Amino acid sequence: MAIKDILTPFTAWKKVFNEPVTIKDPFNDRPGAERYRGFHKNELQTCIGCGSCEEICENEAIDLVAVKGYETKNGDSGLRPMVDYGRCCWCALCVDVCTTGSLTLSNEYTWVAENPDEFRFVPGAENKAWDKNELGWKKPVPNYEFYGQKRVKMEELSPEERDHSFIEIIKGYSKEQAQLEADRCVECGICIATCPANMGIPEYIKAIREDDMEHGLKILYETNPLPEICGRICTHKCETVCSVGHRGEPLSIRWLKRYIADQVESAEYKRILGTDGIENNGKTVAIIGSGPAGLSAAHYLSLMGYKVTIYEQYAKAGGMMRYGIPEYRLPYDQIDKDINYILSLGVNIKYNTKIGKDISLAELRDKYDAVFAGTGLHLGRSTRIPGTDHEHVYQAIDLLNKITEGKEIHVAEKIVVIGGGNVAMDITRSLARLQNQKYGKVQIIATALESEENLPADVEEVIEAREEKAIINPGWGPQYIEIENGKIKGLHVNKCLSIFDEEGRFNPKFDENNKNFFEADMIVESIGQGMDIAYITEDIKSELEFGPRGRIVVDENFQSGAKWLFVGGDIIQGPDVIHGIANGHKAAYGIDNFLKNK
Amino acid sequence: MKKQKNIFNWQADRSKYPEKKKNGKLDIDMSSGKFVKLWQGPNHPGITGNMSLELTISGDEVVEAKTHVGYLHRGFEKLMERRLWIQCFPTCVRMCVAEPDYNEYLLAKSAEELSGIEIPEMAEWLRTLVLEMARLQSLLRTVPGQAGTLSLGVGVQWGVYLRDLVLDLFEELTGGRVYHMYIIPGGVRGLLPDGFKKRMEEVLKKIDEFVKNIENLMFNNIVFKKRTIGVGYIKPSWIDKYGIVGPNARAAGFKRDVRKDYPYLKYNELDFEVTSEKDSDIFARSMVRKKELIMTIDLIRQIMAKMPKKGDIKAPTPNVLHWKIPKGETYVRSESSRGEYGFYTVSDGSKTPRRINLRGPSYTHAISLLERMLVNANIADVHSIMVSLQTCPPEIER
Repeated sequence: MAIKDILTPFTAWKKVFNEPVTIKDPFNDRPGAERYRGFHKNELQTCIGCGSCEEICENEAIDLVAVKGYETKNGDSGLRPMVDYGRCCWCALCVDVCTTGSLTLSNEYTWVAENPDEFRFVPGAENKAWDKNELGWKKPVPNYEFYGQKRVKMEELSPEERDHSFIEIIKGYSKEQAQLEADRCVECGICIATCPANMGIPEYIKAIREDDMEHGLKILYETNPLPEICGRICTHKCETVCSVGHRGEPLSIRWLKRYIADQVESAEYKRILGTDGIENNGKTVAIIGSGPAGLSAAHYLSLMGYKVTIYEQYAKAGGMMRYGIPEYRLPYDQIDKDINYILSLGVNIKYNTKIGKDISLAELRDKYDAVFAGTGLHLGRSTRIPGTDHEHVYQAIDLLNKITEGKEIHVAEKIVVIGGGNVAMDITRSLARLQNQKYGKVQIIATALESEENLPADVEEVIEAREEKAIINPGWGPQYIEIENGKIKGLHVNKCLSIFDEEGRFNPKFDENNKNFFEADMIVESIGQGMDIAYITEDIKSELEFGPRGRIVVDENFQSGAKWLFVGGDIIQGPDVIHGIANGHKAAYGIDNFLKNK
Repeated sequence: MKKQKNIFNWQADRSKYPEKKKNGKLDIDMSSGKFVKLWQGPNHPGITGNMSLELTISGDEVVEAKTHVGYLHRGFEKLMERRLWIQCFPTCVRMCVAEPDYNEYLLAKSAEELSGIEIPEMAEWLRTLVLEMARLQSLLRTVPGQAGTLSLGVGVQWGVYLRDLVLDLFEELTGGRVYHMYIIPGGVRGLLPDGFKKRMEEVLKKIDEFVKNIENLMFNNIVFKKRTIGVGYIKPSWIDKYGIVGPNARAAGFKRDVRKDYPYLKYNELDFEVTSEKDSDIFARSMVRKKELIMTIDLIRQIMAKMPKKGDIKAPTPNVLHWKIPKGETYVRSESSRGEYGFYTVSDGSKTPRRINLRGPSYTHAISLLERMLVNANIADVHSIMVSLQTCPPEIER
């Protein structure tokens, strides 16, 4: 025992004179640190209600609920997260996974309320004191991500490899690439609501992750009987709203769909989809046109047991998918794969039969229990500027049609295409290939009223067209075609100032002082297509109702005023493939209901 | 019965000691009037969390002790079998309230090892820093806490104040004070805030001062010495028999430290010596912990000096919402302030772990070892012995 051991502990007494470190201060708040994980904040305008926060919450503290002022619309579920502070553990995983970055935590941590239910609240909707707090937990730094932000790059033919031929450009994903891309999906389902056909997108993407192609194919065929086609040329409205696209690049939903369909041999389809031995119910349906709408209706009607006959004006089925879209985007063998499966269900098809010429609509009405018309937009529109009556002024849709049929078409050395939509890009790129084959060089200019940023064509179409050495020069309004000695010299254009007037009507304004001249021996017009419904005779027309721009008015089942006649596809909605497919699907159920109750 | 001469020359009355039966078990007949059952806990200020000791005493001496747990209703290991890997991350921290960071690290490490993910260098340094900060805040409570069990509360108050300053730093870095939830599978959740190094140094200086003060208050204190030297002796032969790890083993002369023996994170780039003592009593264990406190302060200074200025903090991982970890099993370990702390993780290739089993030091220390150590101890020393093992009941019933 040392005396030191008795005395030294008393040195602690010197602290008696120190300032106390804990003081009673009930009035001043101690703010949380800059990164403190306090109460939730949510920017309701930015939030899309994708539910990733709900999905990741380990305590099930988050529920998505309807909030006043936020409606369900494309790309927004209309729901917002409600947090239950009886369950929350403030781990902030919800913030880190948030697809839009709208959800954050404030640095506020005191909240007194008498009613325990108050602690279940919708952040951002209840005007909490901390809603404007700048400090608090936010998603940390770049490269800190819970799922891939970048798309798996799709391999495609280089411009040099593709500009001479019509070989398909997109190579498709490998298994590893598809699984990597599928891994990025957060399974929010925002895409399902936006897809016109309401495809089970997260479910089939999950099938890719689990490498279960048979299940994937089943999901595809639940809502879309043309997966090979849609997997290549769908307008992918789903990708535009994909929640992953809010901070990163949206998922390549279209390519993933194609991946599933590509993996399954057509011989396997019937076994996988269980479509052998469908019982016929003895009723018959006629379908006019074998485009996406007609094929989709035919598919679902034959699954329900109807005897379906398709009437097709051309020698092959597919409509605009075959006769409008060039082969380098949609190879014919892939169209055949989808169509052959539908035909294998017992669908009868009469080629080279035009309604109104070879057989009348009235005959179909009398012969079949119901008729579905999906005749599409096959009439090219003209600009009607002086000179368009020249023999070397063509309609894009007619040329594309002839290219498909393998007919010889006139390909001049210098060509101008009027139009800025996807069809204009299709014809520009097709003609560029033909110029390359014929002259070994490309001299084609596509011009449109719309400015570069407002071009209706898909961005990648414009980029790829330019890669193939076509010139895209938008923002010009065609004035007249100069013709000398019966030969086209070129197209005179004025700078386009505006396309629509104050009332939103098509009324382009041009700058007379800013003129341009595009030299050409051949002009192609591609400013949109119109419908040809001449097959609907006057007596039937009297039963129908027509809406704006001459469109037939149909109900939600695509049933027209004439109860036996259902109409869908581009002449009702779109124009695009996926609307046609969705229309055909809904019409099939409409026809089924109609005939059951007849 | 012998008569006690005076209080200074006190001798235990051995007449009431239980005799042994033929099978070697103690012959404790409660109806004999010689024995009393005494329950210590489950609420007891000497331990973090709830645990109780069922003591059979004779006079003031413990003749048999039994540890009872089950007051916490937890079962986190089982809960994790129903959660996504990422969702285990906020769950696992609760397996030890006192040092949640080791759980985070081990879960992340298991997931990374099974999936073959390498984390960025910056994240490794930040993880090392956070684990040492966790040790620091734990020791700031445990070292003076030992004196606290002997009613010397002033050191505890100093320690708790300083621990709060460390928690402030945790709050700045991780966004949380107690459950930091910072080490995520793939990396960490944030870089050092601006000026963090300076504030860290300020706190470390205060802790330096505290170490000096605690030296005078505790280790040169006649009462503390009298109550701890020779009390709570752990025989060196028990170390391997009972699976004793950490400061408890080091106080018995075993220089075992996972940081040195199986270096992980950045420990092989840091300069430190494993501390040890020989006497293996409560005093020796306290000394080891005090030395470790000093070592941790030094390690943090080294880490802060070597910390890269910038860099990625997280390696890309599969989408956490459906992250499937490849089939396999692994045992990963780290040195917590209580000793070797390991996760045995099994994945069956699904979205959730098949099994995560925690190998914590408290299970052996507080059950088999403590039950053995308490026999023949004076009831006044029971909680002192218990605290000297630095047990964490939530970790026993995880």
